[in-house]
Amino acid sequence: MHIPDGFLNVATVATTYVVSAGGVGNAVRIANKKLGEKHVPLMGVLASFIFAAQMLNFPIAGGTSGHFVGAALAAILLGPWASVLIMSCVLIAQCFIFQDGGLLALGANIFNMGIVASFSGYYLYRLATSLLGDDRRGKLIGGFVGAWGSVFLSATACAIELAVSGTSPIGVVVPAMAGFHALIGIGEGLITGAILSLVLVARPDLVQLQKV
Amino acid sequence: MKIKWWHVGLLACLVVACLSPLASSSPDGLERVAENKGFIDLGREAPFQIIADYVFPGMENEALATILAGLIGTLILFGVAYGVAWLLKSRKKEPAK
Repeated sequence: MHIPDGFLNVATVATTYVVSAGGVGNAVRIANKKLGEKHVPLMGVLASFIFAAQMLNFPIAGGTSGHFVGAALAAILLGPWASVLIMSCVLIAQCFIFQDGGLLALGANIFNMGIVASFSGYYLYRLATSLLGDDRRGKLIGGFVGAWGSVFLSATACAIELAVSGTSPIGVVVPAMAGFHALIGIGEGLITGAILSLVLVARPDLVQLQKV
Repeated sequence: MKIKWWHVGLLACLVVACLSPLASSSPDGLERVAENKGFIDLGREAPFQIIADYVFPGMENEALATILAGLIGTLILFGVAYGVAWLLKSRKKEPAK
């Protein structure tokens, strides 16, 4: 879902850069207060995993593929602001080293896959676990729901930016993006659930870390 | 050296990176929409290329070039995120010591 350069107009590029810079600045400030010793290796491993897993595009319907985003997983384990930091590291590296996502579109990509995906994934997970109970079952269902919602909303945000930029009419691009990513979100939900279930078995203490 | 959980975690990430040649090469959701709705041609190439499209340049075997790109990225991201987290947490802890 990495937007290349050329899809967004100047106003959208500027707005998303300002909002994302503010979001990342705030994430740094909050992490500076709350990040502890135990968070550090998990931040490293999650950034690594998200990068590697994002390379593994999986096929969905009609000659189309989707890839894991990972913001919901990071937000569930570490909290939404830590997730914004991780996603920013991944997206900046993808943009500058791997030419995935445009330089001008970086602000929008951090906004969609970092900020929107982290916060929607986190709060949908919280909502689901408060309704279903915070046991293993509640956590796994919450993880699926949070992950699905994070991809769906992230794609919708992307579509709105494309529409505002005049690239494609809103009535065309929003349903198209939302439709494909409703399917891709199922993959996101399954991967997030699988990793959460692995962590719950192998290192349940990592799920209990203070959220940043 | 005692093996910690995150040594195993990082190793697992490197294994995932080695699976990258198996990834679907079909366009992703955004590229598909851009093709279907006729705005894919607006996309512009980056002004410079380092490891563009996750293929390490100058290697004949594309699968190996993809794996190498994946391994490099996985290690860089571990280092960067670990470093950022370490800087942010240690600044608060250091004066107390």
